[in-house]
Amino acid sequence: MVDVALQGGTLQADAQVDRAKVLQRLRLGDTAFRHLTRAAALAVLVILGGIIVSLIHGSWPALRTFGFGFLFEESWNPVTEKFGAIAPIYGTIVTSIVAMLIAMPVGLFIALFLTELCPMWLRRPIGIAIELLAGIPSIIYGIWGLFVFAPFLQQYVQPFLITVFGPIPFLSTLFAGPPYGIGILTAGLILAIMVLPFITSISRDVFEAVPPVLKEAAYGLGCTTWEVARYVVLPFTRVGVIGGVMLGLGRALGETMAVTFVIGNAHRISGSILAPGTTISATIANEFTEAVGDLYTSSLIALGLILFLITFVVLAIARLMLMRLNARIGV
Amino acid sequence: MNSQTSTPLYASRRRRNIITMGLAFAATAFGLSWLVLILGELLWQGFSGLSLAVFTEMTPPPGAAGGLLNPIIGSLIMTTIAVVLGTPLGVLAGTYMAEYGRYDKLTMIVRFINDILLSAPSIVVGLFVYEIMVARMGHFSGWAGAVSLAVIVVPVVVRTTEDMLTLVPDTLREAAASIGLPRALMITKVAYRAARAGMITGVLLAVARISGETAPLLFTALNNQFWSLDLNAPVSSLPVVIFQFALSPYKDWQNLAWTGALIITLAVLTLSIIARALASQRKSS
Repeated sequence: MVDVALQGGTLQADAQVDRAKVLQRLRLGDTAFRHLTRAAALAVLVILGGIIVSLIHGSWPALRTFGFGFLFEESWNPVTEKFGAIAPIYGTIVTSIVAMLIAMPVGLFIALFLTELCPMWLRRPIGIAIELLAGIPSIIYGIWGLFVFAPFLQQYVQPFLITVFGPIPFLSTLFAGPPYGIGILTAGLILAIMVLPFITSISRDVFEAVPPVLKEAAYGLGCTTWEVARYVVLPFTRVGVIGGVMLGLGRALGETMAVTFVIGNAHRISGSILAPGTTISATIANEFTEAVGDLYTSSLIALGLILFLITFVVLAIARLMLMRLNARIGV
Repeated sequence: MNSQTSTPLYASRRRRNIITMGLAFAATAFGLSWLVLILGELLWQGFSGLSLAVFTEMTPPPGAAGGLLNPIIGSLIMTTIAVVLGTPLGVLAGTYMAEYGRYDKLTMIVRFINDILLSAPSIVVGLFVYEIMVARMGHFSGWAGAVSLAVIVVPVVVRTTEDMLTLVPDTLREAAASIGLPRALMITKVAYRAARAGMITGVLLAVARISGETAPLLFTALNNQFWSLDLNAPVSSLPVVIFQFALSPYKDWQNLAWTGALIITLAVLTLSIIARALASQRKSS
């Protein structure tokens, strides 16, 4: 009797020790896992910090030599080692403006079609097809632009633009010069095709988030589809649409390969959008591996830093806009 | 009097509606036509060059016959390494954001930064890896190429992991907790399992994204005309070879570039369609 009780007691004690051990181990495992995931989340921030720090480090020689003048200097001369960023910055901004001028209205109209007009069974296939445009790698746009689109523009579109706008004072400088095929306009058009899916899919998503009651009320008053879109849907989703457009703009600013193929890589600022030019990303892609000398390499990295800062600001604004819309809808 | 003034008004409103709706229709046709034009041209130009030799022979010197074996293998190797490096980091970070710190400040900041990294220009990633690896080691290498691709993989995986884990119903988590599972086990045994299809979708999308990336490879992995599996040396990759061949003056190089472009596009589109099918399967079930 006594024996059994004693035995039971030690057994219980053993079990308790085991239990404590297991729990201890589980607790340790849990803590370790939590810290591991936290470290991974911090690593995302480290990547961003690393990008900024390494770009500043790499561009330091150029920034020290040229100072703020780097931003406004037009010459880009590897022989005399005199570098300035204004021509690539100009090209980057102008190609992006051309792209947005086309992609924004087209993207919004496609989103309107998909949310208001398209029969239900066609919405998904068309939506997917437009999004597949975003899946095509940019180098494919480049090779297509160089061999198919640029010759087409050179032969048909650009001569037409030159003859039509030639007599008009301001537009004649904008569309001056021989039709090269490649150039700022071609790059802008290709960028427009590339950012179209981003603008479309975000606009569609925010249009769909409009409470049906609002639209039904407007329809009930006798509004046409256009009036509902213009006076109900668009005002309600304005912040989100701007966010989507900024997101597209961020893409257009940083796009490299497609532009490199068709921009012509000419370091000068020309008033005509038919002329060849260059963008920040195209300059880096074309010249980085061939750059000799620290100052040349460093100037290219400085261009990269400028590009990163511009896109960072644009994308940050885009995200803030989209967050504001989400807060309003209460998602 | 009322009906007399309102009739022209109605007519003009109707007209405006018809015009704008026509524009919406035209815009959609315009958008879709690019897809058709680009894919059509790609099939037309690339299909004629497609043969067994493309997959079995090395890149040729100008004027000779050859294939794309070394860039295809190079791309496969670097993509695989990039996924192996980037996926665990992305999954863990996404796990923190959805499970441990769903309402933290840290999560909010990471989500914001991650969304920016998601659309950041890939050429800048190339410069970053050039600075931290190529400039330090003194030579271009396959490892540097793989790391730069991994940097692109991470934000994609973080985003999808977080989204998919957030979709897992809390009742599953509560059930796991109620039988005494510690949180780490609840996440790995229950939440991951419930979100598996979505997380795989994220990895597939990341693979689709990096298999066409050219810009970050230009000055990290560089290119290599010869057969080389040495990751400490420059490694050739399909996108970079396409870039080089397409811009060359030689007709047979340009033809190979088209064939390479077709291969990449088919691979990427197949991957994204599979990813989409997986994701929609989840939604409907």
